[in-house]
This record gives sequence, structure tokens and C-alpha cells, in this order.
Amino acid sequence: MRLTARTWSIVFLFIALKAVGNFALAWGMKHFAEPASANPLHYLRAMFEPAVGAGVVLLLVSLLTRMALLSLADLSYVLPVTAIGYVLAALIGKYFLSEAVTPQRWLGTVLICLGAALVSSTTQSTTKESL
Amino acid sequence: MKWFLVILMVTATAASDVLQSHEMKRAGQQSVGARGFLRLIQLIAARGFLLLAMGCMAVSFFSFMALVQTEPLSFAVPASAASFILETLLAKFVLKERINSRRAIGTVIVMAGVLLVGE
Repeated sequence: MRLTARTWSIVFLFIALKAVGNFALAWGMKHFAEPASANPLHYLRAMFEPAVGAGVVLLLVSLLTRMALLSLADLSYVLPVTAIGYVLAALIGKYFLSEAVTPQRWLGTVLICLGAALVSSTTQSTTKESL
Repeated sequence: MKWFLVILMVTATAASDVLQSHEMKRAGQQSVGARGFLRLIQLIAARGFLLLAMGCMAVSFFSFMALVQTEPLSFAVPASAASFILETLLAKFVLKERINSRRAIGTVIVMAGVLLVGE
């Protein structure tokens, strides 16, 4: 079974939600006044920061979107196909969070995408439930 | 601390994903949108394995939050891809997915990328 337009639209929706959600979360955590801590209450308090809260909401919606995707395709297929999100994370880190992305890290990101492309050429669902 | 958080995040993510994949295949094709999301929330509340998956995801999520506070996002997000190998093995042996050579090679290339990113 090949990916349908509907499945692709869910893939892209998931990637966009996750990228923006991760950006909001990272930006909010970097600007959170309290220093890093192992105390879970520290992270619960952080969720009341607007950027962190927005990031959490977007990541929760991305979670539901991914669950819908997993009802259509194998886990071993969904993982690599959605790996383009790692490239977006590197780009967002570089251009919006002023993080240094070394050439080695860029090469790693390119390999992740190549591997993802190879896997995406296989059948999307192979289990008994979906055949 | 950095690598402890990565290992905790990867293990919890793999457990969560396998449980989710198992339950979502059983539930049949789902959609996105207001009704689709409501139906998915009802599914989570009704199925024990999905609730357990959410618990594992919470562990993974808090590990990720701790990681992005001290490490660059461009490290933290790709490092989470270390779960690819573990999850692919679990997909083959637990979920009984067919992993052909192309899918296996693609996964190994992804893992190589993750190792470069983590250097």
C-alpha cells in the first residue's frame, strides 16, 4: 500500500506542529528564570510560561496527529518518513535560536534525511491488521 | 547527565511508540480534525496500553525538557533519533512488521547520521 494524499497531509501537519512546538518549548526554557533542576515541579512551573505553554499545546496536538498516522502506517515506516523534522530543528536552531550548527552536524542531518528517503520507498504498512 | 537524559528519553520513547503503534493498528484508520482528535482522546482514556504509552511519553518529554535547557536544540532533537534502531527491532520482533533490506539499510544510515550529530 502506498502513501495516499491524505496520509501525506497528516505527515506534513505532524512535522510542522512538532517543529514549531519544539521551537516554542526550547525558546521558553532558555528564557525561563529558574536554573535547570531535577525537580519535576520545576518543569510544571515552566509550563506556565507563555512560550513553554504554547509549545506544550502544539506538541500535544502533534501527538494526536502522529497517533492518527500510526493507525495508517507501520511504526518502522513512520519514524524515518517524519525524520525531515530533524532538518527543520537544525535550521530553527541556527536561524531563530542562534545555535552553532557544525558541518559535522549538518552532515549527520543529511544522512538522517537520506536514510528516511530510502525507507519511505518501502511499503507503508505490512502488519496483519492493515493487510 | 547529558547522556543519561538521552538514554532515558530514547528508552521511554521506544516503549511509548511500540504501545501506541500496537493499539492504533487495532483501532483502525483514524482522522485528524476536531472530531478525529476527540475520538483519539476517547481512545486514550479507554485503552490501558495507550494510557501506559502516555506515561512513558511523559518521562520522555520531561527528559527532553531537561535536555533542551542545557544543550542546543540542534543536538537534543536529532539525538532523540537514537531510538530508531531500538524501535525498528521492536517493530520487527514485537509488532511483527516486515523489515526488508531497504528499510533496514535506511535505518542504519539514519543511525549513522545520529552518531555524527551527537559527536
